[in-house]
Amino acid sequence: MRNKLFNRLTSGLLITALTATTLTACGSNNDTAAASDKTTTETSAKADASGFRTLDEIKESGTINIGVFSDKSPFGYVDENGDYAGYDVYLAERLGEDLGVKINYVSTEAANRIEYLQTGKVDIILANFTVTEERAEEVDFALPYMNVALGVVSPSDAVIESLDDIGADDQVIVISGTTAETYLTKNYPDIKLQKYDAYAEAKTAFENGNGVAWANDNTEVIAFAIENEGYTVGIPSLGDNDTIAPAVTKGNETLLTWLNDELKALGSEQFFHADYEATLIDTYGAEYEDTLVVEQ
Amino acid sequence: MANLGIDVLFKGTNFFRLLQGLWVSVEISLVSVAISIVFGLLVGVLMTLNKLWLKAILKIYLEVVRIMPQMVLLFIVYFGTTRIFGWDITAEASAIFVFSFWGIAEMGDLVRGSIKSIPKIQFESAYALGMDKKQTYFYIILPQTIRRLIPLSINLITRMIKTTSLVMMIGIVEVLKVAQQIIEANRKVSPNAAFGVFAVVFLLYFIVCWPISRLAIYLEKRWA
Repeated sequence: MRNKLFNRLTSGLLITALTATTLTACGSNNDTAAASDKTTTETSAKADASGFRTLDEIKESGTINIGVFSDKSPFGYVDENGDYAGYDVYLAERLGEDLGVKINYVSTEAANRIEYLQTGKVDIILANFTVTEERAEEVDFALPYMNVALGVVSPSDAVIESLDDIGADDQVIVISGTTAETYLTKNYPDIKLQKYDAYAEAKTAFENGNGVAWANDNTEVIAFAIENEGYTVGIPSLGDNDTIAPAVTKGNETLLTWLNDELKALGSEQFFHADYEATLIDTYGAEYEDTLVVEQ
Repeated sequence: MANLGIDVLFKGTNFFRLLQGLWVSVEISLVSVAISIVFGLLVGVLMTLNKLWLKAILKIYLEVVRIMPQMVLLFIVYFGTTRIFGWDITAEASAIFVFSFWGIAEMGDLVRGSIKSIPKIQFESAYALGMDKKQTYFYIILPQTIRRLIPLSINLITRMIKTTSLVMMIGIVEVLKVAQQIIEANRKVSPNAAFGVFAVVFLLYFIVCWPISRLAIYLEKRWA
Protein backbone atom coordinates (compact mmCIF):
# COMPACT_ATOMS: atom_id res chain seq x y z
CA MET A 1 0.00 0.00 0.00
CA ARG A 2 2.83 2.34 0.86
CA ASN A 3 4.39 1.66 -2.51
CA LYS A 4 1.13 2.54 -4.28
CA LEU A 5 0.81 5.72 -2.27
CA PHE A 6 4.37 6.62 -3.17
CA ASN A 7 3.65 6.02 -6.85
CA ARG A 8 0.63 8.24 -6.74
CA LEU A 9 2.54 10.87 -4.84
CA THR A 10 5.30 10.92 -7.41
CA SER A 11 2.91 10.89 -10.35
CA GLY A 12 0.97 13.69 -8.72
CA LEU A 13 4.14 15.67 -8.13
CA LEU A 14 5.28 15.05 -11.69
CA ILE A 15 2.06 16.33 -13.15
CA THR A 16 2.12 19.34 -10.88
CA ALA A 17 5.71 20.08 -11.76
CA LEU A 18 4.81 19.80 -15.44
CA THR A 19 1.98 22.29 -15.15
CA ALA A 20 4.10 24.55 -13.04
CA THR A 21 6.71 24.62 -15.78
CA THR A 22 4.18 25.15 -18.54
CA LEU A 23 2.52 27.85 -16.48
CA THR A 24 5.74 29.73 -16.05
CA ALA A 25 7.27 28.87 -19.43
CA CYS A 26 4.40 29.73 -21.72
CA GLY A 27 4.04 33.21 -20.36
CA SER A 28 1.15 35.19 -21.65
CA ASN A 29 0.17 32.51 -24.17
CA ASN A 30 -1.01 30.41 -21.31
CA ASP A 31 -4.42 31.90 -20.71
CA THR A 32 -5.48 31.67 -24.33
CA ALA A 33 -4.28 28.08 -24.52
CA ALA A 34 -6.20 27.15 -21.41
CA ALA A 35 -9.30 28.89 -22.66
CA SER A 36 -9.23 27.16 -26.04
CA ASP A 37 -8.71 23.83 -24.30
CA LYS A 38 -11.95 24.29 -22.51
CA THR A 39 -13.97 25.16 -25.56
CA THR A 40 -12.59 22.24 -27.51
CA THR A 41 -13.58 19.88 -24.75
CA GLU A 42 -17.13 21.01 -24.96
CA THR A 43 -17.45 21.29 -28.71
CA SER A 44 -15.48 18.20 -29.68
CA ALA A 45 -18.28 16.02 -28.40
CA LYS A 46 -18.82 14.80 -31.91
CA ALA A 47 -15.18 14.51 -32.83
CA ASP A 48 -13.80 11.20 -33.98
CA ALA A 49 -13.36 8.93 -31.03
CA SER A 50 -10.36 6.86 -31.91
CA GLY A 51 -10.04 5.61 -28.37
CA PHE A 52 -12.22 2.50 -28.55
CA ARG A 53 -10.94 -1.07 -28.49
CA THR A 54 -12.03 -3.58 -31.10
CA LEU A 55 -13.36 -7.01 -30.21
CA ASP A 56 -9.96 -8.61 -30.88
CA GLU A 57 -8.14 -6.08 -28.74
CA ILE A 58 -10.51 -6.75 -25.86
CA LYS A 59 -10.05 -10.51 -26.19
CA GLU A 60 -6.29 -10.10 -26.38
CA SER A 61 -6.12 -7.96 -23.26
CA GLY A 62 -8.19 -10.51 -21.34
CA THR A 63 -10.32 -7.85 -19.63
CA ILE A 64 -13.41 -5.97 -20.69
CA ASN A 65 -14.38 -2.69 -19.08
CA ILE A 66 -18.11 -2.52 -18.52
CA GLY A 67 -19.79 0.60 -17.15
CA VAL A 68 -22.70 -0.14 -14.82
CA PHE A 69 -24.59 1.71 -12.12
CA SER A 70 -23.42 0.86 -8.63
CA ASP A 71 -26.36 2.38 -6.77
CA LYS A 72 -29.46 1.73 -8.87
CA SER A 73 -31.07 -1.32 -7.37
CA PRO A 74 -32.32 -3.61 -8.89
CA PHE A 75 -30.60 -2.81 -12.23
CA GLY A 76 -27.04 -2.29 -11.12
CA TYR A 77 -25.94 -2.18 -7.51
CA VAL A 78 -23.33 -3.54 -5.14
CA ASP A 79 -24.45 -6.20 -2.70
CA GLU A 80 -23.35 -6.54 0.91
CA ASN A 81 -20.31 -8.58 -0.07
CA GLY A 82 -19.05 -5.84 -2.36
CA ASP A 83 -20.01 -7.68 -5.56
CA TYR A 84 -21.86 -6.04 -8.40
CA ALA A 85 -25.36 -7.40 -8.97
CA GLY A 86 -28.63 -6.60 -10.74
CA TYR A 87 -30.40 -7.01 -14.08
CA ASP A 88 -27.68 -5.22 -16.07
CA VAL A 89 -24.88 -6.98 -14.22
CA TYR A 90 -26.46 -10.40 -14.82
CA LEU A 91 -26.12 -9.68 -18.54
CA ALA A 92 -22.60 -8.31 -18.12
CA GLU A 93 -21.49 -11.49 -16.34
CA ARG A 94 -22.78 -13.58 -19.23
CA LEU A 95 -21.09 -11.38 -21.83
CA GLY A 96 -17.78 -11.72 -20.01
CA GLU A 97 -18.20 -15.46 -19.80
CA ASP A 98 -19.00 -15.84 -23.50
CA LEU A 99 -16.12 -13.58 -24.50
CA GLY A 100 -13.80 -15.52 -22.24
CA VAL A 101 -12.49 -12.40 -20.54
CA LYS A 102 -12.49 -10.97 -17.05
CA ILE A 103 -14.82 -8.07 -16.30
CA ASN A 104 -13.66 -4.81 -14.85
CA TYR A 105 -16.77 -3.00 -13.61
CA VAL A 106 -16.67 0.77 -13.76
CA SER A 107 -19.11 2.62 -11.53
CA THR A 108 -20.88 5.17 -13.76
CA GLU A 109 -23.37 7.95 -13.14
CA ALA A 110 -26.24 8.90 -15.42
CA ALA A 111 -24.39 12.08 -16.35
CA ASN A 112 -21.10 10.54 -17.48
CA ARG A 113 -22.17 7.43 -19.42
CA ILE A 114 -21.63 9.02 -22.84
CA GLU A 115 -18.26 10.52 -21.86
CA TYR A 116 -17.04 7.11 -20.76
CA LEU A 117 -17.86 5.58 -24.14
CA GLN A 118 -16.59 8.47 -26.23
CA THR A 119 -13.21 8.41 -24.53
CA GLY A 120 -13.00 4.62 -24.75
CA LYS A 121 -12.57 4.35 -20.99
CA VAL A 122 -15.21 1.64 -20.99
CA ASP A 123 -16.00 -0.80 -23.79
CA ILE A 124 -19.69 -1.32 -23.09
CA ILE A 125 -22.21 0.63 -21.04
CA LEU A 126 -24.88 -1.52 -19.40
CA ALA A 127 -26.37 1.11 -17.13
CA ASN A 128 -30.12 1.09 -17.69
CA PHE A 129 -29.36 3.18 -20.78
CA THR A 130 -32.58 4.26 -22.55
CA VAL A 131 -32.28 4.52 -26.32
CA THR A 132 -33.06 8.02 -27.57
CA GLU A 133 -32.35 9.73 -30.88
CA GLU A 134 -30.06 12.30 -29.32
CA ARG A 135 -27.99 9.64 -27.61
CA ALA A 136 -27.83 7.51 -30.75
CA GLU A 137 -25.93 10.36 -32.41
CA GLU A 138 -23.23 10.12 -29.75
CA VAL A 139 -22.95 6.37 -29.17
CA ASP A 140 -23.94 3.14 -30.93
CA PHE A 141 -26.75 1.16 -29.34
CA ALA A 142 -27.00 -2.61 -29.71
CA LEU A 143 -30.33 -4.47 -29.76
CA PRO A 144 -32.58 -3.72 -26.78
CA TYR A 145 -32.97 -6.03 -23.79
CA MET A 146 -35.69 -4.23 -21.85
CA ASN A 147 -38.78 -2.08 -22.37
CA VAL A 148 -39.64 1.10 -20.59
CA ALA A 149 -42.87 2.94 -21.07
CA LEU A 150 -45.25 5.01 -19.04
CA GLY A 151 -47.63 3.42 -16.59
CA VAL A 152 -50.69 4.58 -14.70
CA VAL A 153 -51.49 3.40 -11.19
CA SER A 154 -54.82 3.93 -9.45
CA PRO A 155 -56.58 2.76 -6.27
CA SER A 156 -57.75 -0.86 -6.56
CA ASP A 157 -61.40 0.08 -5.90
CA ALA A 158 -61.49 2.47 -8.88
CA VAL A 159 -58.98 1.10 -11.34
CA ILE A 160 -58.35 3.16 -14.44
CA GLU A 161 -57.62 0.85 -17.33
CA SER A 162 -57.80 3.36 -20.12
CA LEU A 163 -57.17 7.07 -20.22
CA ASP A 164 -60.66 7.45 -21.72
CA ASP A 165 -62.10 6.38 -18.33
CA ILE A 166 -60.91 9.61 -16.78
CA GLY A 167 -63.80 11.98 -16.19
CA ALA A 168 -63.82 15.66 -17.04
CA ASP A 169 -63.36 16.70 -13.41
CA ASP A 170 -60.84 14.05 -12.42
CA GLN A 171 -57.20 14.92 -12.02
CA VAL A 172 -54.13 12.84 -12.79
CA ILE A 173 -50.97 13.25 -10.73
CA VAL A 174 -47.64 13.64 -12.54
CA ILE A 175 -44.16 14.74 -11.58
CA SER A 176 -43.01 17.89 -13.38
CA GLY A 177 -40.39 17.39 -16.04
CA THR A 178 -40.98 13.69 -16.54
CA THR A 179 -41.88 12.00 -19.79
CA ALA A 180 -45.32 11.31 -18.31
CA GLU A 181 -46.06 15.03 -18.09
CA THR A 182 -44.85 15.70 -21.65
CA TYR A 183 -46.76 12.77 -23.07
CA LEU A 184 -50.07 13.57 -21.39
CA THR A 185 -49.89 17.28 -22.17
CA LYS A 186 -49.22 16.52 -25.81
CA ASN A 187 -51.58 13.62 -26.45
CA TYR A 188 -54.36 14.14 -23.91
CA PRO A 189 -54.66 17.90 -23.50
CA ASP A 190 -58.14 17.51 -21.96
CA ILE A 191 -56.93 15.55 -18.94
CA LYS A 192 -56.34 17.81 -15.95
CA LEU A 193 -52.91 17.31 -14.48
CA GLN A 194 -51.81 17.87 -10.93
CA LYS A 195 -48.08 18.53 -11.03
CA TYR A 196 -45.61 17.96 -8.23
CA ASP A 197 -41.92 18.69 -8.18
CA ALA A 198 -40.69 15.71 -6.23
CA TYR A 199 -41.44 12.03 -6.11
CA ALA A 200 -42.23 12.13 -2.40
CA GLU A 201 -44.78 14.94 -2.81
CA ALA A 202 -46.52 13.18 -5.68
CA LYS A 203 -46.63 9.98 -3.66
CA THR A 204 -48.18 11.67 -0.62
CA ALA A 205 -50.71 13.50 -2.77
CA PHE A 206 -51.70 10.28 -4.50
CA GLU A 207 -52.00 8.39 -1.22
CA ASN A 208 -54.22 11.19 0.12
CA GLY A 209 -56.53 10.75 -2.85
CA ASN A 210 -55.84 14.12 -4.45
CA GLY A 211 -55.95 12.53 -7.89
CA VAL A 212 -57.71 9.55 -9.45
CA ALA A 213 -54.48 8.17 -10.87
CA TRP A 214 -50.74 8.68 -11.00
CA ALA A 215 -48.78 8.53 -14.26
CA ASN A 216 -45.04 7.89 -14.21
CA ASP A 217 -42.43 5.52 -15.66
CA ASN A 218 -43.97 2.08 -15.62
CA THR A 219 -41.15 0.57 -13.55
CA GLU A 220 -41.84 3.21 -10.89
CA VAL A 221 -45.61 2.72 -10.75
CA ILE A 222 -45.30 -1.07 -10.79
CA ALA A 223 -42.85 -0.98 -7.90
CA PHE A 224 -45.19 1.43 -6.07
CA ALA A 225 -48.20 -0.85 -6.50
CA ILE A 226 -46.23 -3.83 -5.21
CA GLU A 227 -44.87 -2.00 -2.17
CA ASN A 228 -48.20 -0.39 -1.26
CA GLU A 229 -51.39 -2.40 -0.72
CA GLY A 230 -54.62 -1.31 -2.35
CA TYR A 231 -53.22 0.06 -5.59
CA THR A 232 -53.31 -1.48 -9.04
CA VAL A 233 -51.44 -0.62 -12.20
CA GLY A 234 -54.39 -0.33 -14.61
CA ILE A 235 -52.26 0.74 -17.55
CA PRO A 236 -48.85 -0.91 -17.40
CA SER A 237 -47.62 0.31 -20.77
CA LEU A 238 -48.63 3.61 -22.28
CA GLY A 239 -47.34 5.81 -25.04
CA ASP A 240 -44.11 5.48 -26.95
CA ASN A 241 -42.27 2.37 -26.03
CA ASP A 242 -38.71 3.17 -25.17
CA THR A 243 -36.10 0.50 -24.87
CA ILE A 244 -32.98 -0.09 -22.88
CA ALA A 245 -29.98 -1.38 -24.75
CA PRO A 246 -26.23 -1.91 -24.35
CA ALA A 247 -24.17 0.88 -25.87
CA VAL A 248 -20.67 0.93 -27.35
CA THR A 249 -18.41 3.70 -28.64
CA LYS A 250 -19.62 5.16 -31.93
CA GLY A 251 -18.01 3.28 -34.79
CA ASN A 252 -16.93 0.21 -32.82
CA GLU A 253 -18.39 -2.13 -35.45
CA THR A 254 -16.69 -5.35 -34.37
CA LEU A 255 -17.91 -5.13 -30.80
CA LEU A 256 -21.38 -3.98 -31.87
CA THR A 257 -21.78 -6.88 -34.32
CA TRP A 258 -20.64 -9.37 -31.71
CA LEU A 259 -23.03 -7.88 -29.14
CA ASN A 260 -25.99 -8.08 -31.51
CA ASP A 261 -25.22 -11.70 -32.42
CA GLU A 262 -24.80 -12.49 -28.75
CA LEU A 263 -28.13 -10.84 -27.83
CA LYS A 264 -29.88 -12.87 -30.54
CA ALA A 265 -28.30 -16.07 -29.26
CA LEU A 266 -29.33 -15.18 -25.71
CA GLY A 267 -32.86 -14.43 -26.90
CA SER A 268 -33.24 -17.93 -28.30
CA GLU A 269 -32.54 -19.39 -24.87
CA GLN A 270 -34.90 -16.92 -23.13
CA PHE A 271 -31.93 -15.52 -21.23
CA PHE A 272 -33.60 -12.28 -20.19
CA HIS A 273 -36.57 -14.08 -18.68
CA ALA A 274 -34.10 -15.92 -16.49
CA ASP A 275 -32.40 -12.62 -15.76
CA TYR A 276 -35.74 -11.05 -14.77
CA GLU A 277 -36.55 -13.97 -12.51
CA ALA A 278 -33.16 -13.70 -10.85
CA THR A 279 -33.02 -9.96 -10.33
CA LEU A 280 -36.24 -8.03 -10.95
CA ILE A 281 -39.02 -10.35 -9.82
CA ASP A 282 -38.83 -9.19 -6.18
CA THR A 283 -39.40 -5.61 -7.20
CA TYR A 284 -41.82 -5.93 -10.11
CA GLY A 285 -43.50 -9.30 -9.63
CA ALA A 286 -43.99 -12.10 -12.15
CA GLU A 287 -46.98 -10.38 -13.77
CA TYR A 288 -44.92 -7.80 -15.62
CA GLU A 289 -42.21 -10.10 -16.90
CA ASP A 290 -43.43 -10.02 -20.48
CA THR A 291 -44.14 -6.28 -20.38
CA LEU A 292 -40.63 -5.38 -19.33
CA VAL A 293 -38.40 -8.02 -20.87
CA VAL A 294 -37.31 -7.96 -24.50
CA GLU A 295 -35.84 -11.06 -26.13
CA GLN A 296 -34.31 -10.86 -29.57
CA MET B 1 -36.55 5.15 18.84
CA ALA B 2 -37.22 4.39 15.21
CA ASN B 3 -34.96 2.03 13.35
CA LEU B 4 -32.32 4.22 11.76
CA GLY B 5 -31.02 1.41 9.61
CA ILE B 6 -27.48 1.46 10.96
CA ASP B 7 -27.73 -2.33 11.05
CA VAL B 8 -27.33 -2.44 7.25
CA LEU B 9 -23.73 -1.40 7.80
CA PHE B 10 -23.01 -4.66 9.57
CA LYS B 11 -24.28 -6.87 6.76
CA GLY B 12 -21.55 -8.73 4.94
CA THR B 13 -18.53 -6.57 4.26
CA ASN B 14 -20.45 -3.29 4.17
CA PHE B 15 -18.63 -1.54 6.99
CA PHE B 16 -15.26 -2.64 5.70
CA ARG B 17 -16.17 -1.29 2.26
CA LEU B 18 -17.16 2.01 3.83
CA LEU B 19 -13.76 2.24 5.51
CA GLN B 20 -12.06 1.33 2.24
CA GLY B 21 -13.99 4.15 0.61
CA LEU B 22 -12.90 6.48 3.38
CA TRP B 23 -9.29 5.50 2.76
CA VAL B 24 -9.69 6.35 -0.93
CA SER B 25 -10.98 9.82 0.01
CA VAL B 26 -8.27 10.35 2.59
CA GLU B 27 -5.51 9.15 0.29
CA ILE B 28 -6.52 11.45 -2.56
CA SER B 29 -7.03 14.44 -0.31
CA LEU B 30 -3.88 14.02 1.77
CA VAL B 31 -1.63 13.58 -1.26
CA SER B 32 -3.24 16.65 -2.84
CA VAL B 33 -2.96 18.62 0.41
CA ALA B 34 0.75 17.75 0.70
CA ILE B 35 1.38 18.88 -2.87
CA SER B 36 -0.73 22.00 -2.35
CA ILE B 37 1.16 23.05 0.76
CA VAL B 38 4.60 22.63 -0.80
CA PHE B 39 3.81 24.28 -4.12
CA GLY B 40 1.34 26.71 -2.58
CA LEU B 41 4.15 28.21 -0.49
CA LEU B 42 6.21 28.61 -3.65
CA VAL B 43 3.35 30.10 -5.68
CA GLY B 44 2.44 32.38 -2.77
CA VAL B 45 5.95 33.78 -2.65
CA LEU B 46 5.93 34.23 -6.43
CA MET B 47 2.65 36.12 -6.11
CA THR B 48 4.27 38.75 -3.92
CA LEU B 49 7.14 39.40 -6.33
CA ASN B 50 6.96 42.63 -8.23
CA LYS B 51 7.06 41.18 -11.73
CA LEU B 52 4.12 42.21 -13.83
CA TRP B 53 4.07 39.23 -16.20
CA LEU B 54 4.37 36.76 -13.30
CA LYS B 55 1.58 38.52 -11.44
CA ALA B 56 -0.63 38.38 -14.53
CA ILE B 57 -0.11 34.66 -15.05
CA LEU B 58 -0.70 33.78 -11.43
CA LYS B 59 -3.77 36.00 -11.31
CA ILE B 60 -5.21 34.20 -14.31
CA TYR B 61 -4.35 30.83 -12.77
CA LEU B 62 -6.08 31.79 -9.53
CA GLU B 63 -9.13 33.13 -11.34
CA VAL B 64 -9.42 29.98 -13.47
CA VAL B 65 -9.42 27.89 -10.31
CA ARG B 66 -11.93 30.17 -8.63
CA ILE B 67 -14.30 30.31 -11.56
CA MET B 68 -14.24 26.68 -12.67
CA PRO B 69 -16.20 24.25 -10.54
CA GLN B 70 -14.03 21.34 -9.44
CA MET B 71 -16.42 19.00 -11.23
CA VAL B 72 -15.66 20.68 -14.57
CA LEU B 73 -11.94 20.47 -13.90
CA LEU B 74 -12.29 16.76 -13.14
CA PHE B 75 -14.14 16.15 -16.41
CA ILE B 76 -11.59 18.17 -18.39
CA VAL B 77 -8.63 16.35 -16.91
CA TYR B 78 -10.10 12.85 -16.93
CA PHE B 79 -12.15 12.83 -20.14
CA GLY B 80 -10.89 15.95 -21.92
CA THR B 81 -7.23 14.98 -22.06
CA THR B 82 -8.14 11.59 -23.48
CA ARG B 83 -10.32 13.20 -26.11
CA ILE B 84 -7.85 15.86 -27.19
CA PHE B 85 -4.41 14.37 -26.61
CA GLY B 86 -5.24 10.68 -26.26
CA TRP B 87 -3.63 10.58 -22.81
CA ASP B 88 -4.95 7.89 -20.55
CA ILE B 89 -4.56 9.38 -17.10
CA THR B 90 -5.94 7.15 -14.36
CA ALA B 91 -8.92 8.44 -12.42
CA GLU B 92 -6.87 8.71 -9.22
CA ALA B 93 -4.09 10.69 -10.89
CA SER B 94 -6.69 12.99 -12.47
CA ALA B 95 -8.30 13.55 -9.09
CA ILE B 96 -4.97 14.27 -7.40
CA PHE B 97 -4.05 16.62 -10.23
CA VAL B 98 -7.31 18.56 -10.03
CA PHE B 99 -7.27 18.84 -6.26
CA SER B 100 -3.62 19.90 -6.28
CA PHE B 101 -4.30 22.40 -9.07
CA TRP B 102 -7.05 23.87 -6.94
CA GLY B 103 -5.15 23.62 -3.65
CA ILE B 104 -1.97 25.23 -4.97
CA ALA B 105 -3.87 28.26 -6.25
CA GLU B 106 -5.88 28.83 -3.09
CA MET B 107 -2.96 28.01 -0.83
CA GLY B 108 -0.81 30.39 -2.86
CA ASP B 109 -3.33 33.15 -2.35
CA LEU B 110 -3.44 32.48 1.39
CA VAL B 111 0.34 32.58 1.52
CA ARG B 112 0.35 35.82 -0.46
CA GLY B 113 -2.10 37.36 1.99
CA SER B 114 -0.09 36.20 4.98
CA ILE B 115 3.18 37.54 3.58
CA LYS B 116 1.52 40.85 2.77
CA SER B 117 0.29 41.07 6.34
CA ILE B 118 3.82 40.94 7.71
CA PRO B 119 5.00 44.45 8.56
CA LYS B 120 7.45 45.99 6.12
CA ILE B 121 9.83 46.63 8.97
CA GLN B 122 10.57 42.90 9.16
CA PHE B 123 11.94 42.96 5.63
CA GLU B 124 13.81 46.19 6.20
CA SER B 125 15.38 44.96 9.44
CA ALA B 126 16.50 41.77 7.77
CA TYR B 127 18.07 43.69 4.89
CA ALA B 128 19.69 46.03 7.38
CA LEU B 129 21.27 43.02 9.06
CA GLY B 130 22.83 42.15 5.72
CA MET B 131 20.59 39.25 4.75
CA ASP B 132 19.86 38.74 1.09
CA LYS B 133 16.40 38.18 -0.33
CA LYS B 134 16.53 34.41 -0.03
CA GLN B 135 17.71 34.49 3.57
CA THR B 136 15.12 37.10 4.48
CA TYR B 137 12.30 34.95 3.15
CA PHE B 138 13.63 31.71 4.54
CA TYR B 139 14.58 32.82 8.06
CA ILE B 140 12.39 35.83 8.75
CA ILE B 141 9.29 35.99 6.61
CA LEU B 142 8.22 32.38 5.97
CA PRO B 143 8.32 31.24 9.63
CA GLN B 144 6.01 34.11 10.55
CA THR B 145 3.87 33.50 7.49
CA ILE B 146 3.38 29.84 8.31
CA ARG B 147 2.14 30.70 11.77
CA ARG B 148 -0.47 33.05 10.33
CA LEU B 149 -1.32 30.51 7.68
CA ILE B 150 -2.37 27.67 9.95
CA PRO B 151 -5.95 28.69 10.71
CA LEU B 152 -6.51 29.75 7.10
CA SER B 153 -5.15 26.58 5.56
CA ILE B 154 -7.17 24.33 7.86
CA ASN B 155 -10.30 25.66 6.18
CA LEU B 156 -8.87 24.82 2.78
CA ILE B 157 -7.66 21.36 3.81
CA THR B 158 -10.93 20.26 5.37
CA ARG B 159 -12.78 21.67 2.38
CA MET B 160 -10.56 19.61 0.09
CA ILE B 161 -11.22 16.45 2.08
CA LYS B 162 -14.97 16.96 1.85
CA THR B 163 -14.91 17.88 -1.84
CA THR B 164 -13.31 14.54 -2.71
CA SER B 165 -16.87 13.21 -2.85
CA LEU B 166 -16.94 14.63 -6.40
CA VAL B 167 -14.50 12.00 -7.63
CA MET B 168 -17.38 9.55 -7.92
CA MET B 169 -18.12 11.38 -11.18
CA ILE B 170 -14.96 9.94 -12.70
CA GLY B 171 -15.66 6.44 -11.46
CA ILE B 172 -13.73 6.42 -8.19
CA VAL B 173 -15.70 4.68 -5.49
CA GLU B 174 -15.10 6.73 -2.34
CA VAL B 175 -16.83 6.81 1.00
CA LEU B 176 -19.97 8.68 -0.05
CA LYS B 177 -20.46 6.48 -3.10
CA VAL B 178 -20.14 3.36 -0.96
CA ALA B 179 -22.73 4.85 1.38
CA GLN B 180 -25.11 5.40 -1.53
CA GLN B 181 -24.49 1.86 -2.75
CA ILE B 182 -25.29 0.44 0.67
CA ILE B 183 -28.45 2.55 1.01
CA GLU B 184 -29.70 1.62 -2.46
CA ALA B 185 -28.95 -2.07 -2.12
CA ASN B 186 -31.10 -2.10 1.03
CA ARG B 187 -33.82 0.22 -0.22
CA LYS B 188 -36.51 -2.41 0.20
CA VAL B 189 -35.53 -4.11 3.45
CA SER B 190 -34.50 -0.94 5.21
CA PRO B 191 -35.99 2.19 3.60
CA ASN B 192 -34.79 4.49 6.40
CA ALA B 193 -31.17 3.38 6.13
CA ALA B 194 -30.20 6.68 4.48
CA PHE B 195 -30.33 8.53 7.78
CA GLY B 196 -28.24 6.07 9.72
CA VAL B 197 -25.69 5.48 6.99
CA PHE B 198 -25.18 9.17 6.30
CA ALA B 199 -24.87 9.79 10.04
CA VAL B 200 -22.02 7.29 10.12
CA VAL B 201 -20.42 8.94 7.07
CA PHE B 202 -20.68 12.27 8.87
CA LEU B 203 -18.91 10.71 11.83
CA LEU B 204 -16.17 9.31 9.58
CA TYR B 205 -15.51 12.70 7.98
CA PHE B 206 -15.42 14.17 11.48
CA ILE B 207 -12.89 11.58 12.62
CA VAL B 208 -10.67 12.56 9.69
CA CYS B 209 -11.02 16.32 9.96
CA TRP B 210 -11.00 16.72 13.73
CA PRO B 211 -7.39 15.62 14.36
CA ILE B 212 -6.32 18.09 11.70
CA SER B 213 -7.96 20.98 13.47
CA ARG B 214 -6.59 19.78 16.82
CA LEU B 215 -3.11 19.67 15.31
CA ALA B 216 -3.63 23.19 14.01
CA ILE B 217 -4.60 24.46 17.45
CA TYR B 218 -1.57 22.76 18.95
CA LEU B 219 0.79 24.22 16.35
CA GLU B 220 -0.73 27.66 16.68
CA LYS B 221 -0.14 27.62 20.43
CA ARG B 222 3.33 26.20 20.13
CA TRP B 223 4.56 28.60 17.51
CA ALA B 224 2.85 31.66 18.88
